Amino acid sequence: MSALANLFTVILVSLGLLFFLAGLVGLLRFPDPLSRLHALTKADVLGLGLVVIGLLPQVAWPFAALKLVALWVLVVIGGSIAGQLVAAIELGAADASADGNVDGKADRNRHGPEEDAP
Amino acid sequence: MSVGIGLLTDVLLSGTVLMLGLWVILTADRLRAAIGFLIYGLLVALVWVRLGAPDVALTEAAIGGGMIGLLVLGASTRLPPEPPRSPGAPARPRRWILHVIAAALSATVALGLALVVLGLPEPAPSLAAAVAAELPATALENPVTGVLMAFRAVDTLFETVVLVLALIAFWSLIPDAGWSRRPDWLPLPHPPPALVLLARILLPIGVLVALHLFWIGASLPGGKFQAGALLAALWALVMVAGLARPIAATERLVRVLAVLGPLVFFVIGLGGLWLAGDFLAYPEGLEKPLIIIIEVVLMLSVAVMLGLILAGLPSADTAVRAPKARPGTEGQP
Repeated sequence: MSALANLFTVILVSLGLLFFLAGLVGLLRFPDPLSRLHALTKADVLGLGLVVIGLLPQVAWPFAALKLVALWVLVVIGGSIAGQLVAAIELGAADASADGNVDGKADRNRHGPEEDAP
Repeated sequence: MSVGIGLLTDVLLSGTVLMLGLWVILTADRLRAAIGFLIYGLLVALVWVRLGAPDVALTEAAIGGGMIGLLVLGASTRLPPEPPRSPGAPARPRRWILHVIAAALSATVALGLALVVLGLPEPAPSLAAAVAAELPATALENPVTGVLMAFRAVDTLFETVVLVLALIAFWSLIPDAGWSRRPDWLPLPHPPPALVLLARILLPIGVLVALHLFWIGASLPGGKFQAGALLAALWALVMVAGLARPIAATERLVRVLAVLGPLVFFVIGLGGLWLAGDFLAYPEGLEKPLIIIIEVVLMLSVAVMLGLILAGLPSADTAVRAPKARPGTEGQP
């Protein structure tokens, strides 16, 4: 059982590292920022996802395992949004897309900032 | 086998840290250097993990890398663009002298540190056994927290006082005309919707993680400084995304919160003089609740002070900020 779990871990982590390697090669070799982002997000989402799944049998259930999954979810959220922001700047579309709803947001910000202070 | 892999990791890690450090110093572009410094902080945190010091690693990642990295990043984007090379020709020789002096001083420090560390007797002198023996008296399980809050509490107290002084020094840079105005470095004029979404998602998760870091500090790596730095970073993110407006230096609430931590720590320390016979000594049986009270207020103070420093300064020119003139007065408690 333990040997099976170890085999599972080795295979999935290696697969995940393969995606990281591919993402790295893409980052270095692709010609433009958008393609490079495309390569990077694969490493984030698939590579780290496979590494996390591979490590699941090695850690204590439930809390350590859930922490690993939570880490992956946070990296996916952060990575994809950062990719979105870089892409928006690259396309010069950041202002164009934000102009539409910036007024509504500015109004909502009027009432006190204190409630958000830590 | 595992020793070999560990050695390989260490060699790769220290090689990367050295090369990245060199690159950050040598790179001509400020923004690239600042981003390199952020990554450098994360790698140094990994070095601390390899050295078996997760408490230091967390602090390095949160403060050494994250907080200072953000300040350097902010400074690099606010400095005027560097003049092109050719007109600066007469000024260059003096810069080279400065570079040589800085390099010589850094090399001296590194060499001195290396001599001291390599000259230590084997095994190195350590108070770890004494700390481990006395730790039960503090009702804590994490020896690092025990040292910070009990055995060397006076150091921790003055570290937080230094932070107050840093905030005062920072505020002294506010131009006279902008004193009651909100800082305007962070908020983006048109925050991209994706960034607003990120701030909305990360705020509750981040607060939860910060409270977790704070609470496990009693028994595991973590504690008030790391949690405070995380809260400050979240606050900065929320300000960048325009979900909360930066707070002016004249607000009474943030001033009170900034000094509350060191003040409560100091008062409890003075109480120890009377109740337990020594400055910063905790009365028998009350160690844990007193330490928790101190850590809660210190965490709030650290978060508020770091957040206020991250928020930057208000600008002096009233022409640009005319519609927002004197917004600091409306929210006065």
